[in-house]
Amino acid sequence: MTAVKTASRPLELDAPVAAAYVERSALLRAASPAEAAPELASIATRIRRDVLTTIQAARMGHVGGDLSVTDLLVTAMWGTLRLDPHDPANPLRDRFVLSKGHCAAALYSTLASCGFFPQERLTEYMAPLSPLNGHPNRVKVPGVETNTGPLGHGFPVATGCALGAKLRGETWRTIVVLGDGEMQEGSNWEAAMTAAHYGLANLTAVVDRNRLQQGARTEDTKSLEPLDQKWASFGWEVRVIDGHDHQAIKQAYAPSSTGRPVAVIANTVKGKGVSFMEDRVEWHHKVPTDEQVQLALEELSR
Amino acid sequence: MTALAEQAPTFDCRVDFGEELAALARADERIVAVCNDSVGSSNLVKFREEFPDRLINVGIAEQDLVGVSAGLANAGFIPFVSAAAPFLTGRALEQIKADVAYSDRHVVLCGQSPGMAYGELGPTHHSIEDLSWMRAVPGLRIVVPADPSQTRDAVRWAAASGLPSYIRIPRFKVPAVTPAGAPFEAGRATRLAEGDDVTVIAIGTMVSRALDAAALLRAQGLTARVVNMTFVEPLDVAEVVAAAEQTGAIITAEEGLLSGGLGAAVAKVVAERHPVPVRMLGVPTFAPTGSTSFLLDHFGLNAEGIVKAAREALGRA
Ligand SMILES: Cc1ncc(C[n+]2csc(CCOP(=O)(O)OP(=O)(O)O)c2C)c(N)n1
Ligand SMILES: [Mg+2]
Repeated sequence: MTAVKTASRPLELDAPVAAAYVERSALLRAASPAEAAPELASIATRIRRDVLTTIQAARMGHVGGDLSVTDLLVTAMWGTLRLDPHDPANPLRDRFVLSKGHCAAALYSTLASCGFFPQERLTEYMAPLSPLNGHPNRVKVPGVETNTGPLGHGFPVATGCALGAKLRGETWRTIVVLGDGEMQEGSNWEAAMTAAHYGLANLTAVVDRNRLQQGARTEDTKSLEPLDQKWASFGWEVRVIDGHDHQAIKQAYAPSSTGRPVAVIANTVKGKGVSFMEDRVEWHHKVPTDEQVQLALEELSR
Repeated sequence: MTALAEQAPTFDCRVDFGEELAALARADERIVAVCNDSVGSSNLVKFREEFPDRLINVGIAEQDLVGVSAGLANAGFIPFVSAAAPFLTGRALEQIKADVAYSDRHVVLCGQSPGMAYGELGPTHHSIEDLSWMRAVPGLRIVVPADPSQTRDAVRWAAASGLPSYIRIPRFKVPAVTPAGAPFEAGRATRLAEGDDVTVIAIGTMVSRALDAAALLRAQGLTARVVNMTFVEPLDVAEVVAAAEQTGAIITAEEGLLSGGLGAAVAKVVAERHPVPVRMLGVPTFAPTGSTSFLLDHFGLNAEGIVKAAREALGRA
């Protein structure tokens, strides 16, 4: 039997990074979308680079969806929600749920940027016994609210988080990010009805509308359009945006103005930021070669 | 590590699945494939090229997947439902129960990448519970091919059977273990090695490892009978009873959860018919992060683990 390098150490707080995050994210939250956008964009570029090197080290991952969701993640965690890596289980924290759990590399990279754990630990992504499993595990990764991976789970759970806040009379917000292919799961539409029925104005559901799923385009597999009308007819306030425009994203993450839950349809590009990956179905989970990672990093540093 | 697993050529049985299903479809217009955004991962791209109208992709929607397939069976088709095993059996469990088994529909459920084939993707993507869940559904036949030829046999058998069935198709690469011309019948196991001291009853990916264990035991002066059970339902009861009576100790080995799978099925027969020591090898709980082969070793699902269990059962640990 060949000896395998294992990495079973628990994840620990990165105190200096966390302290900086708490201070900086408070300013970005309070800033106007236009003011916050440039800094959010530069954080997102850093996260994209981390995603690429994380996947390069693991030689596995879902790079296309990681790159399409990055701006949505960064704007939620750095520019919108109240999260504290020093106290990740604070009962009054805002909740962030990544329903499309296969994009764990993007989630882990963002959590590390906030100091939930040190960025160096990203090299342990999918290593034997690592806490950074291929899909996020809340038991092992601080900042993860619920274990996702099977599509169509995160949204109902997030709906419960929001309903819980309402029942308790608390003010925490919940943001959940879904894949567009994921919207083919019936459980999501069940949750959409539940949230509208209970008037969960404290819930924002974001669809990463990159128009691709695992094997083909969504509209060639099982069409979702007219997606905005579907959400609206389910009783949601709908905001359609460019999902790579940080100003637009921050604006769309603003609380509901109607008392209804908010659906953000974020038009995105799968593989965003790396020209040879953009809008190409094979990059759902293809792994870039070292040369391709190098090229991608160069493109991102321009 | 283990001889067969390391030296013999190994195969991804999805190749045989896709080819055999296409061959069947050429001969029988009723055969259709039904997928959940799983065309590539089921190796059905060529099937789709040849039969574009007979590959139905319902998207990422497993409950719909199985319900629609039951409806297609109602309409005279023979649906082969091909999806990743965890989502097929977990997400659509009630459709499998009510729409397929209880409604007695000839639907063939094809669980792809079962067991811990998805390695590092973790317990959400592992299908260790499928055998327990499928065994709990009355009337469902459960077939676990161990190699390419059994995969082809299972596909042909399921198409001809007229019965609701679940085929668990290995993705983790396996060597060929089945002798040419070995019969393939429901409820009939294949004896792959003779021995007197203990019987190892295995399925799927564990069969070659059981053969490797028998070789290791031989070097230690112990002979092991090796049985590829293949059908977890209906079980080859006579073969289990013979193993208990003739060898006096039984080891079961499966890449699946310990509660409710092959081991539980064998233990029930042994307890009721001819009690002898039994040791069950399988997956005890949600796995940590790791590749498939790392996790198989982690849980002792290898030749060494089988040898250890056999020596324990024989009181020679
Ligand atoms: C219930 C379930 N069925 C199937 C899968 C396999 N799977 C993983 S990712 C994926 C495609 C997801 O597409 P989408 O939601 O559009 O995500 P993105 O494009 O953002 O990667 C599929 C089918 C799964 N994880 N869960
Ligand atoms: Mg998509």
